[in-house]
This record gives sequence, structure tokens and C-alpha cells, in this order.
Amino acid sequence: MPKEKSNKKSNSAKRILHYIFKSHKIQIALVFILIIIASVSSVSSALFTGEIIDYIGKIMKEGAEFSGIITRITIMAIVFGAGIIASFLYNLIMVYISQGVLKDIRDEMFAKMQKLPVKYFDTHTHGDIMSRYTNDTDSLEQMLCQSIPQIISSVLTILFVFAFMLSISIYLTLVIIFFLIFMMLITKTIGGKSRKYFIAQQVSVGKTTGYIEEMINGQKVIKVFNHEQQNKDGFDKLNEELCFNATKANKYANIFMPIMQNLGHLQYVVIAIIGGLLAIFGVNNISLTGLSVITLGNIVSFMGLSRQFTMPISQVSQQVNSIILALAGAERIFEMMDTPAETDEGYVTLINVEKDEEGNLTEVEHRTNIWAWKHPHHDGTTTIHELKGDVRFFDVDFGYDKEKIVLHDVSLYAKPGHKIAFVGATGAGKTTITNLINRFYDIADGKIRYDGININKIKKDDLRKSIGIVLQDTNLFTGTVKENIRYGNLAATDEQVFEAAKLANADDFIQRLPQGYDTMLESDGANLSQGQRQLLSIARAAIANAPVMILDEATSSIDTHTEKLVQDGMDALMHGRTVFVIAHRLSTVQNSNVIMVLDHGRIIEKGSHDDLIKLKGKYYQLYTGKLELD
Amino acid sequence: MIKKLARSIREYKTSSILTALFVSFEVVLEILIPLLMAELINQGIEQGQMSVILKFGFILIGMAIMSFIFGALSGNFCAKASSGFAKNLRKDMFHKIQSYSFYNIDKFSPASLVTRITTDVNYVQMAYQMIIRVAVRSPLMLIFAMVSTFIINVKMGLILLIASPLLLTGLLLILRFVHPQFKKVVKEYDDLNNTVQENVRATRVVKAYVREDYEIEKFGKISDQIYKDYSKARKILAFNSPLMQLAIYSCMILICYFGAKIIVDTGGTTLNVGELQTLFQYTMQILMSLMLFSMVIINIAISRASAQRIVEILDETPNISNPENPITKVNSGDIEFKNVSFSYTDDISKLCLKDINLKIKSGETIGILGGTGSSKSTLISLIPRLYDATSGKVLVGKKDVKDYNLETLRDSVAVVLQKNVLFSGTIKENLKWGNPNASDKEIERVCKLACADEFIENFPNKYETYIEQGGTNVSGGQKQRLCIARALLKKPKILILDDSTSAVDTKTDSMIRRAFKEEIPKTTKIIIAQRVTSIMDADKIILLDGGKIVAMGTHSQLLKTSEVYKDIYTSQTKKGGKKDA
Repeated sequence: MPKEKSNKKSNSAKRILHYIFKSHKIQIALVFILIIIASVSSVSSALFTGEIIDYIGKIMKEGAEFSGIITRITIMAIVFGAGIIASFLYNLIMVYISQGVLKDIRDEMFAKMQKLPVKYFDTHTHGDIMSRYTNDTDSLEQMLCQSIPQIISSVLTILFVFAFMLSISIYLTLVIIFFLIFMMLITKTIGGKSRKYFIAQQVSVGKTTGYIEEMINGQKVIKVFNHEQQNKDGFDKLNEELCFNATKANKYANIFMPIMQNLGHLQYVVIAIIGGLLAIFGVNNISLTGLSVITLGNIVSFMGLSRQFTMPISQVSQQVNSIILALAGAERIFEMMDTPAETDEGYVTLINVEKDEEGNLTEVEHRTNIWAWKHPHHDGTTTIHELKGDVRFFDVDFGYDKEKIVLHDVSLYAKPGHKIAFVGATGAGKTTITNLINRFYDIADGKIRYDGININKIKKDDLRKSIGIVLQDTNLFTGTVKENIRYGNLAATDEQVFEAAKLANADDFIQRLPQGYDTMLESDGANLSQGQRQLLSIARAAIANAPVMILDEATSSIDTHTEKLVQDGMDALMHGRTVFVIAHRLSTVQNSNVIMVLDHGRIIEKGSHDDLIKLKGKYYQLYTGKLELD
Repeated sequence: MIKKLARSIREYKTSSILTALFVSFEVVLEILIPLLMAELINQGIEQGQMSVILKFGFILIGMAIMSFIFGALSGNFCAKASSGFAKNLRKDMFHKIQSYSFYNIDKFSPASLVTRITTDVNYVQMAYQMIIRVAVRSPLMLIFAMVSTFIINVKMGLILLIASPLLLTGLLLILRFVHPQFKKVVKEYDDLNNTVQENVRATRVVKAYVREDYEIEKFGKISDQIYKDYSKARKILAFNSPLMQLAIYSCMILICYFGAKIIVDTGGTTLNVGELQTLFQYTMQILMSLMLFSMVIINIAISRASAQRIVEILDETPNISNPENPITKVNSGDIEFKNVSFSYTDDISKLCLKDINLKIKSGETIGILGGTGSSKSTLISLIPRLYDATSGKVLVGKKDVKDYNLETLRDSVAVVLQKNVLFSGTIKENLKWGNPNASDKEIERVCKLACADEFIENFPNKYETYIEQGGTNVSGGQKQRLCIARALLKKPKILILDDSTSAVDTKTDSMIRRAFKEEIPKTTKIIIAQRVTSIMDADKIILLDGGKIVAMGTHSQLLKTSEVYKDIYTSQTKKGGKKDA
């Protein structure tokens, strides 16, 4: 199991690299070269100062020319200049690479999300999906923008410093290696402790946020019940716990830097002592450049180098955490991208047609409100026949997961122009049936035919375009009222928008909004009442003007008087078209052609209102109030 | 703003001060250490004096240990102070929100309140940590290092003195340009998250209308904008490190040149090699502390917006509070509205309720009927003083609601809100909100009254059944009945049901009403409903339209006098819609 996990991590790492290299090959190569230049330049500063100090000695003792210093300073200035330019350039290029990669990943993730089956959204909480766009992408950004360049440059710096050190003295380098091992051990222990508390802190944060969220959303109920004090107490407890864990976690994190820094000082002293000993006793110095006597300048340079060594090491060890975090995030992002998309093997398409006097159909581009199915056949011919709105279920079984079938043997036929109602308790399967018609879910067994065509053969987009749906959860989008209504038909004119709103009886209240149809709606229309939101979503469906309509508790929060008006409008609009209705109030469905009474996923009664009343079965009991609809 | 935030430091003041103190000690040591290092080079290595090297070496080791101790201590206190400060901030905010009235709650969206208590506090905490550590450290470091350079050599000090403000100006310039850009990006991130959230929530709508491509395009536009603006912001920030390097390197070169010159000219008397090495280190230190300082400023700039949002919460004054010498007993369930008008915005031209006059006797049952947006809920929310009337008076138990202790009033007036909430916890825990000391028997009794006993008994864990957050594991009708039971447990003088039985079937609905009549006859009952049958048998039915009472009377009276009432009644009760047939 852990192995699999680490495999996944290395896979995510590979895929991120793939994104980086995909469209930024040259830039990445360039960045690499530039980082090398920048690191060399920053490392060599210690060498130059050592060199200059040595040369000053030479001037004073051996009377060398002062111009030598100027030459050296000039070289130093050139190298520094190159370093500055290189570091500026690679920072700049990295901005484009990292932002480009993030944009690619974001766009791809969103496009993929749109293609995911509805089931994915049922099995993941909204917060979970959202956090892939926020937390996970943020940590990825942190890694791309900061960790990766910093680690590359730190590692390079370490390597160069190390090489320079070796070129000065192998003995002294051994001291450095000793300290290096020591530092790594400390990083590991402290890092482990701090990680433990950071995890505890994360858990606390989750708990506290959950509590805040729940309580703030129920704040009005809390007021009504005078529950403020209990609420404060509950919060204080979690808050204290969070504070405890945060203090611990931060303590370890804060102690890390002083340890590293002072180990650096210690190392400095040790090198001075050993270097001094070597110089005083004139021990033969072994370096990459060969045998020689160690000079004062050598030691000074080496001490400078040793200070440069500590910094990048503590930087790398700090970045490791953020990389682990980012890879965990990347894993979640890729998990979503790898989820299989909704499949669509349909080939029958929906077209607009014109009908001549003899009833012949010709395909046209513009909207005619006469639809037809364009059906290509195996032999290469294509037939066109008019959309009637005839929907039939044959022995349909369905379950959200394979083990648990929630619909059994459902057979029904909706004749063109009929109004079909579903009645039953919560969980009886009313919404599920309608979700099968537009293929939000695929059936487990049986067949659904739409105008005689197996719905699996119809292109999903076209199938859905042919069915207007109004859901109980209204879901409006940020934008103006007008834009929200127009969502049903992007090409609709303003006149059509007003018309649809009037039909849905929404015109009245929209006119009274501060900016009328141009009023901005925010966070799912929070500034509207539930009833008003439903009126808007009915207007949105009305403007789509689809040949088949599904109304799923579409008027549950609208008062009965308005509901009646809305219904009359919808009836007029949908005259001659097939309508499926789900409603809690029986008065809403009374005038349907067929009422299906569902119980535990089975149709137990079907017929018109009068038929069912005569039958004196469950519907009769519901209607007369002898049975509970719940 | 800072003053208000600082009030939340409280018991962590000592830790904060200790942090700053130990940071200062640490800085002193960090300044002394290079000085001694220079001495070690000069007197030790250069002269080949091993004993001197050892002497300074041990002093240095001692100082490093001290510096470590101070560093660790300051880190420790800093963690305590900043976490504690954040804790107090969260606490103050959360407690403050508990004192909000409905009017205050309406002002902030729940999502925004949650972000303020979580994310915004985090930013402020980070800034605070920076302030007590880095903001103490870097200026001190700067001053000490500067003074030390001047002690070593005045000329060299001048170089750094001139370079520092130049660098600081540069860094601040970058900040100035980058800040508005970041602000823009943050807003765009909000848009992006909002779009994602809407799409996650509305998958079915998007799919049903086949708007996937439309949404992808919409998202693409925002993500493109973020790409552009964020790149721009980052591009400006990319100047940061080259600028730093430019400053450091130029100073080094200048110090090298002038240093070498002075040493050679004076034969090492006014400046020696070891001191030169020390100067290099101070240069690094000074410029580094300047950079750290600029980072503090960035952090403060980022957290400024958050701090503002936090102060907004703390500053919001609850507009409903207890009167002086409040009445602590409600005598009866009488209610009276005297010329009451109400507006949510205090804007008299946008009145939701107009000139309401109404008298309800203790024990009466009142039905309220009205269309979508007719201010039914507004009317009843004035009774437990969830809002204050803009003009006019509301009396409960013959006394002005404003004269009561709020807790007393709300305990006596139980409202079952339209948008009701159950909390995560067992059914029993939820019910006990109504009365924490209720016995099991009492709980069972109210559940029976609310017709909830039957389904609760059917759950495997009965009253101990765990309710998920938001009550997602009970059906709408069950939730409503639990909420009614919870309110009944308060034994209120006045019970208000705001469309609280809409998901309950008609039979149960009538059973509940019958139980009310028989079991709690003395309680005044106000029922808002959409079904006429729910209120038909009330003592008085009020018909609201556009915030005005348009008709009032018993069912039979209204059938005769009110056309609208008659219409509603017939449309809901007339059997069989023969329209399609």
C-alpha cells in the first residue's frame, strides 16, 4: 500500500514535469542554464573576496601593483553583472512557465469536469471538488513558482560551493561533510515532530471550520432558541484545541532556523580552528588543484563558503515539505482528470426542419420549433422523422450502484402531448425516472425508446436539448436576471426573455427589482426568495422551448395562486408536447393524463385522476388524506 | 483599525513582548559574532596564534549557544503569542456574531462570515508573527550593523548608508506596483472559484441545457485573465531578487575597492584585512534585513484587507439589545400590533409592512395567508423581536416587546422558521435545544404532539439517531416535524409556525393542528401556510398582500367578504382539474 502511494506520487511528479516540458521545452533549458550562471556568480563572490584579500597581502608584503586589484574587481563586477541578469531572466521565464502550466491544468480540469457523469458529483462533496481548484492548485502554484526554482538553485549552489571547497582544501571539506550529516539528522527529527503537529493542526482547523460553518448557517435558529451561550462554549473548546496544536506546530517550525543558523556559526568556528592549526603547523594542504600550503586567503575564502553552504541546505529542507504537499494536491487533481468521462456513443442527431404541405421534412439551420431526428443507417442512407415526444420505458431496472437496484421493472409510455405525473414518497424513485430520460444516469436493464429510437443511439447533447427540465433546486448563475433567463436559449432576443418571464409570472417581481431585468444575481440568487428563484428557473426553461419538458417539483415553493397562473402559462406553451411532472401537492398533478404512483422503485398504480380515485388504492388514500406522503 | 485588533492580544501580551525581547538579544549576538570572527582572523589566524584562535573560538561557541537559546525562546514565545492572538481574534469574532440581530446577520453572507473567521484570521496571524519577530529584528539588525560599520570605518559606513535607502525605495516601488495587481488577481480568483462552485452545484442544469462548452468558455476567459494579471504581478516581483543582488554586489565591489585602497594607503592601520571581511558580512546583513523588512511590508499589505474585514465584524453593533431594567416575565400570549410599519433597509419608501393594526388574544389560533413576497414572515418576525418595527409598536403580553429581556421574550415566543436547520448530533440533542433540562418523557410528549414519535421510533436508534449536518438524512417532512417538536419543548406562550408543515401531508398536518388545540389550548398559535386547509379552522385568518392586511376574519366570514380568499379556496379544494380533458 505505501509503495503504491509513493508510485502515485512519482507519477504525479512525472505528469507535472510533462506539463512543464510539453510547451516550454526551450524555456526550461534556458532557465536551467541561467540558474547555473546565477549560482556560479553568487558562489564566486566568496572566492573573489578571498582573492582580493590575498592580493592586498601581496601588495603590502611583496609590493605588487594596485592595478591588480582593479583588474580583479572588474572581473568580479562582470561576473556579478552576469549573475544579476541571469537571475532576473530566469525569474521572468519561470513566471510564464509556471503560470502557463497552472492555466493549462486549470482549463483542462474544468473542461474535464464538465464531461464527468452526474454520478461523480453525487459521490464527491462540493467542498471536495472545490478544494482541487483552490487548495490543491494553490499548493501546486507554490511549488512551481517558489519551490522548484529555489531547489534547483540551492542544489546547484550546494554543488558549486562543494566543488570550490574541494578546490581549496579537502580536509576542511571533510569538516563540512560532518556538519552536513548532523544538520540532516536534525532536520529529520525536528521535521518529523513538526509535521506531526502540523497534521494535528490541520485536523483541528477542519473541525473548527466545520463547526463555524454549521453554526453560522444556523445562526438565526440559534437566536430563536437563545442558544448563544452553548454555542460559544462549543466553539471555545475547539478553538482552544486548535490554538494548542498550532502553538506546538509553529514552535518546532520556529526553532528550526535558529538551530541551523547557529550550527552554521559553530561550523565557522570549527573551521577557523582547524584551518588555523593547518596553517600554523604548515600542514600540506590537499586540494583538487594539488598539494600546496594553505594561505590566509584560502581560509578566509573557505569560511565565506561555509556560510554560503548553510543557507541553501536549510532552504532545501524547508521546501521539501511544500513539495510533498503539492504532490498530494497534484494527485487529487489528476485523480479527477483521470475519472472516465460520460460516454456517448449516440449518432442520431436533433435538427430543426420545415414542413411543406405534403408533410415532407427538410432540414434547416434556423429555429423553426419543428424538430426532427436525423438517423443515419448502416447502409449509408439517412432518414429524417419528426420528433413527436413519445417516450417509452420497457422493463427498466436501475441502481446508483450495481448492488442496490432502486427502480424495478418500470414500464411506461408517454404519448405525444400527454402530461405524465409521478407521485410517491420521498425516495420512491420519481426524480430517478426523469433522470434516466435525459441520461444523467444509464439504466442497468431494459430499454428506453424516444420516438421509437433507443435513447442510447441519440447523441447525448441532442437528447438533452430536446428535453427541457426544471429542477427543485433552482441553481441560478452569477449574472443579470436577463442572462439567467437567456441561459435556456443563448440566441434569445430581449423580447423573448420578457415573454418567457411573463409566461412564468416572474415579470412582476423582476420589474420591482432595483435594476429590473439587469439586476445582478449573486451566490445562487441569495437576494431572491425561494419562490422567486423557482419562477426564474421556469422562465429559463420556457425560453428553451424544448419539445419535451420535465418539471421536478418546479413549483414547490410558489404559493398556490401563483402556481396556478404559472401552470396555465406552461400548459399553453407545452400544448401538444409531452410533459413529465413531479409534485408533492396533488392539486398540481390532478389534471395529468396519466398519474403514476410509485412506491419503493415500482409503479404500483397508473391511470388518470378519476381512474385512480375509482380504484380506491394508494392514490385514493393519499388524496383523501388517509396516507402520509413522506 | 490596529487598535481594535490589538485588543484581542490580551493574555498574550507578555509572550509578544518576550518574543521581541529575545529577538533583540539574538540580534545583538548576531552582530557581535561577526565582530569576534574578525578578531579571530586578525589576531588569531593572521598572527598564527593558536591560543588566540582557541580563545575566540570558545567565546564564539558560547555566543552561538546563547544565540541558539535566545532564538529558540523567541521562536517559542512567538508561536504562543501568534497562535494565541489568532485564537482570541476568532473567539472575539464568533462571540460577537452571537450577539448579532437578524438585521446584522442579513448584512453578511454566511460564506463571508466563515472566510473572515478562518482565512482572514490566518493572514492576520501570519502578519502578526512577522511583526513581532522580523519587524523587530530587521530594523535592529540594520541599526546595529550600520553603527558597527561606522565604528570600523566611516567611509565604508557611508557606502552602506547611501545604498540602504536606495534599495528600500526600490523594494517599496516594486510593492507599490505589485499591490494593485495582486488585489485585482484576488478578485479574479473569487470569480474563478465562484464559477467553479456554481458549476459543481448546477451540474444537472448545465448538462440539461447542454451548456458545457459555454461554461468552459466562460471559465477559460477568467482563467486567461488570471494568467495575464498574475503573470504581470509576478513579473513585477521578479525584479525583487535582481534588485537585491544589484545592491549587495555593488556595495561589495565598492567596499572591495575602497577597502583595498585604504588598507594599502595606510599600511593596514585604519583598516585591516579581518575588518574588511567583517564589512562584507555586515553588508550582507544590512541588505538582507532590508529585504526581510520589505517582506514584512508585503505581508502587512496582504493582510490589511483581511484585517479590515475582521474589524468590520467586531465593529458591527447589534441593533437589537436588552433594554435597561428589562421585564423578565411574559404574562400572557396576547399580541398587539399598533400602526406597525417595517422596512429592512430603514428606507421609508421601501416598506415591507404598512400600517399593520392587529389584536390577538391569548390562546387564539391565527392563520396567515398571502402570495410569494407578501411579507408574511416579516410580520411574525417582529413578535419575538427578531427585527424592530420601523415605526409603530408591537406588544406581547400587553407590554412593548422592546421592554422585555430578549431571552425571556424569545423563550416565550417560539418560532419555527421557514428556513429551518437541524444540527449535527442526535435527535435528542437537537430537541433539547428547546429545553436543555427536558426529561425523556417530555421529549416523547412533544414528539407525539408534532406527530414525530412514529418515525423516530422506526429508526433503529430511535431518539439517539444521529442527524447529519443540515439534517440531510431525514426527509423534508420529518425535518419539519422535528423542528416543531423542538419549539414545543420550550413550552412557549406564543407558537409561530412559518410555513412549517409544507412538506407534511394533509392528514398529519391536521393531526398536528388537532393536537395543538387539545394539548396546548392556552398557547397563542400563529400559522403561516400556503394550504388553505392548514388554516381554515383558525379563530382568525389574515390575508396579506404587498405588506398590508387586505382581509381578516374567520373562514366563513372571509368566504363571503373576500374575493381573493374565495379564489384561493376554490382553486385549492375544487376536485378534479378538467381543463385538459
